[in-house]
Amino acid sequence: MTSETKWEVVIGLEIHAQLATHSKIFSGSATVFGADPNTQADLVDLGYPGVLPVLNADAVRMAVKFGLATGATVASRSVFARKNYFYPDLPKGYQISQYERPIVERGSLDIMLDDGTTKTIGITRAHLEEDAGKSLHEGLVGASGIDLNRAGTPLLEIVSEPDLRSAKEAIAYLKKVHSLVRYLEICDGNMQEGSFRCDANVSVRPFGAEKFGTRCEIKNVNSFRFVEKAINYEVARQIDLIESGGKVVQETRLYDSVKDETRSMRSKEEANDYRYFPDPDLLPVVIEPAFVAEVRATLPELPDEKAARFQSRYGLSAYDAGVLTASRELAGYYEATVSALPKAPDEAAARANAKLAANWVMGDLSAALNKENMDIASSPLKAPELAGLLTRIIDATISGKLAKDVFEGMWAGGGNADAVIDARGLRQITDVGAIEKAIAEVMAASPGQLAEYRAGKDKLFGYFVGQAMKATQGKANPAALNEILRKMLAGP
Amino acid sequence: MSLTRHDVEGIARLARLQVSDADLTAYAGSLSKILAFVEQLSSVDTAAVEPMAHPLAGEAQRLRPDVVSEGDRRELYQRNAPAVESGLYVVPKVIE
Amino acid sequence: MSFHTASIADLSKGLAAGTYSSVELTRYFLARIQRFNEGLNAFITVTEEQALAAAAAADAQRAAGQAGRLTGVPIAHKDIFCTAGVRTSCGSRMLDNFIAPYDATVVARMAAAGIVSLGKTNMDEFAMGSSNETSWYGPVRNPWDHAKVPGGSSGGSAAAVAGRLVPAATGTDTGGSIRQPAALVGISGIKPTYGRVSRYGMIAFASSLDQAGIMAPSAEDCAYLLGAMAGFDPRDSTSVDRPVPDYVAELGAPLAGLRIGVLTEFMGQGLEAETGARVREAIEVYRRLGATVVDVSCPRLPLSVPTYYVVAPAECSSNLSRFDGVRFGYRCEKPRDLLDLYQRSRAEGFGPEVQRRIMTGTYVLSAGYYDAYYLQAQKVRTLIAEDFKRAFAEVDLILCPTAPGPAFGIGAKVDDPVTMYLNDIYTIGANLAGLPAMSVPCGFDGGLPVGLQLIGPHFSEGRMLAAAHAYQRETDWHQRVPAAYA
Repeated sequence: MTSETKWEVVIGLEIHAQLATHSKIFSGSATVFGADPNTQADLVDLGYPGVLPVLNADAVRMAVKFGLATGATVASRSVFARKNYFYPDLPKGYQISQYERPIVERGSLDIMLDDGTTKTIGITRAHLEEDAGKSLHEGLVGASGIDLNRAGTPLLEIVSEPDLRSAKEAIAYLKKVHSLVRYLEICDGNMQEGSFRCDANVSVRPFGAEKFGTRCEIKNVNSFRFVEKAINYEVARQIDLIESGGKVVQETRLYDSVKDETRSMRSKEEANDYRYFPDPDLLPVVIEPAFVAEVRATLPELPDEKAARFQSRYGLSAYDAGVLTASRELAGYYEATVSALPKAPDEAAARANAKLAANWVMGDLSAALNKENMDIASSPLKAPELAGLLTRIIDATISGKLAKDVFEGMWAGGGNADAVIDARGLRQITDVGAIEKAIAEVMAASPGQLAEYRAGKDKLFGYFVGQAMKATQGKANPAALNEILRKMLAGP
Repeated sequence: MSLTRHDVEGIARLARLQVSDADLTAYAGSLSKILAFVEQLSSVDTAAVEPMAHPLAGEAQRLRPDVVSEGDRRELYQRNAPAVESGLYVVPKVIE
Repeated sequence: MSFHTASIADLSKGLAAGTYSSVELTRYFLARIQRFNEGLNAFITVTEEQALAAAAAADAQRAAGQAGRLTGVPIAHKDIFCTAGVRTSCGSRMLDNFIAPYDATVVARMAAAGIVSLGKTNMDEFAMGSSNETSWYGPVRNPWDHAKVPGGSSGGSAAAVAGRLVPAATGTDTGGSIRQPAALVGISGIKPTYGRVSRYGMIAFASSLDQAGIMAPSAEDCAYLLGAMAGFDPRDSTSVDRPVPDYVAELGAPLAGLRIGVLTEFMGQGLEAETGARVREAIEVYRRLGATVVDVSCPRLPLSVPTYYVVAPAECSSNLSRFDGVRFGYRCEKPRDLLDLYQRSRAEGFGPEVQRRIMTGTYVLSAGYYDAYYLQAQKVRTLIAEDFKRAFAEVDLILCPTAPGPAFGIGAKVDDPVTMYLNDIYTIGANLAGLPAMSVPCGFDGGLPVGLQLIGPHFSEGRMLAAAHAYQRETDWHQRVPAAYA
């Protein structure tokens, strides 16, 4: 047996989503990213003597929103606790978090696996806590600089069950959560800026074993790609270690994206004893059913609901619907495109149009966006413009093939579809006389092929199509060309 | 409950207090005395008792509207800081 | 004129009548501080300049017809309250260089009422102590006998008021830190209901127990000033949103029909004979005044000291983690590395009693001990609160001594923490249950004052002050001033 078939991988993710509040979780400081160091750290964030925390209502609202969207239990009574440890980016010497009684418990999310089946991933809990500041090491000799602007930014820590069985599943789940928090507008999801971060608990065990193996926690993975690479590296490391007679030690490991490896974090090595206890400065958070109902009423259509609707309403496949609903913006773009298309004569045509739009949004448009590292919201081509192009395909002004050129022209700033089509003279030739003339020239120039074709070598039909297309610079309407060519080749 | 010098060392380390060798013995003595004194709590039957974290049972946490009310007062707040450079609080190098 | 023997009510009237100005009053008390503080060591910082400016502003306010009942009355603040632009040391080397950039809510409220602060009073380091001997600024002396402690932790406020260096002073009470020193120096002191006075800007010792209050010669003085301190504060999540009654107006409530319960657990063993005799005499006064006096029992209350010495150190160990030499406060010389910075700054910045409590708290919260110590203590705390609740179903107020005996000698108990802690045995219960409680002077034991304690149900400050006031109309213990300060 190879290593891969002998060992089962077990992964649980702890996701930290910065909540999109204006002010901090326990203070009135702003949460804007990128401000000058310590200009957004007030007395509460700095842990000044005598100051006290007061909880931000919207942080609670957002946590409840997440709980409802994952089918979780929203605790009618949750408690803030102090997690005590010393670190320069932790001003009070403790982090206000939730320990025994989190605000959200027992939710789940479905992810789609490669084979098209879905798998339910359990969410153990999601709790509110405050973010820490940052230690900066550049520019200071033998010293670090502490910026506490981030300290006190609200975080929702979302803890999954150890239900994930591969890096791929972990990424699918991570993307699902990422999409969800953005749908819910509770987190901007910006991984570069650290708004959405992930720690992975990774262990391996022989297939069939009941007990989990010893796990390592990988920290500091700040992109989907790195999460996948970090997990794969860690899995391989653990398997190698065990197979060579070693033992996995429970520890915190840091992912180094430059070296593509994980390494033990010495600073966190010391046996941590966080001495959690209920924070006496904060009272229990009591959530009334009326509040929950109020939040429920603000829930948007969620990704899974939207995907189901895309399948039934537009006749899309589960895969297409999944891709198009991955983000609220993409789904919105798609629906705006479809709604700007001309009204279809019947249901079949409507579905064909919807499929055409799906193909273009997922295909050429996404490729162009990826190439320039843009997201859908900043696309230079807005939905009505893309719909304009698709309209010309539907009304047969241009072929699908030529439409790609038109798209490029539009992308490059050449104006709307009609402008590009006219500027480039790309309108299809549907005039029978012009097509006949072109075919006649091709036939005249290829007497040998013509003779062979007429002698029964049908395969040469393609040759004539190609030649005739070439003669019309690809502008001949393919259907018309085929029909006329077949007639003319057959002879008088 | 009697604490050894070694126990005190561990506690002091968690609490980030440097304790001299001489003081270790003294703290081991006084902390043991205190723990022996509070030990009497263990004889109380609390099987069905809820712990009390707040004197005002029944009060719920008040929520603050999400409004930015504090501006930049870095200059004032950093006047108390022992070491500051370019707006950052300076500490000996943090090793991760 | 001898302003120092005048009550707050008298001073308020004199200021209102224009008999004297706030500047005159302020100068008078500053002069007394100048004269007596060296002997008492009651003040850490005297803010003469700011006081005179505030007094002048108060006089101007009065001239403009905008004066309130307390405009121009001078007081002092315990150095645990943050005062903008003024050193706020909390009695610790750790904060010797700390200039608070903001005012505590208590400080701001009282200033807004026109009250003039003369300075910051000495205290046990971070309010941890019952004798004022743990202060970085040295022990405070009891005005009745300079060889004796004034009690603690609000010992500076107590001594300053007892010596009549100020008409009144703020204090804080986590396990008796207002009431015990009030008793030991022969003044009145009230610790209100937890949540009645904002904790914002009051440097935390044990957050679930800390409560600010007032210390002054009489209950009437306390009633005048408590109203200016109390009230809801949106910056303190544990502050209770409930209107503040006019405590002065409630002072006249009759005693007849009031049910007073004498706490049997605290009237026997451990109570010094003479002190006990004074308390019993006070009970007779209440009977005479028409109160119904009965015995009540709170059987779990004797457990309050061990409970407290788990809960308070646990909270303090966490609250004091912010003092790390990074953003404010003491930093050791030339730290070798980060760990050294933490360990030496904290070891050099904190005194031994504070370090001992931090270590006790660290231990009782640590893995493996949390349930046995901290959680068990929180459960016993529930039982103690239930005992009080049952008692208050039968009586309106509970009466007991404030401390087991009069002031002890400086240095007498410093070597044995447990003996020192037991000095708070009668006061700690009210903190654990969040109840209002006060101490009023009820006589002398060997030439030193002793106190009588009243404990009431939540938010019964008005009734309690009225009961104390009724007693003080019949007695003059609260008007006694040590000869050297008369």
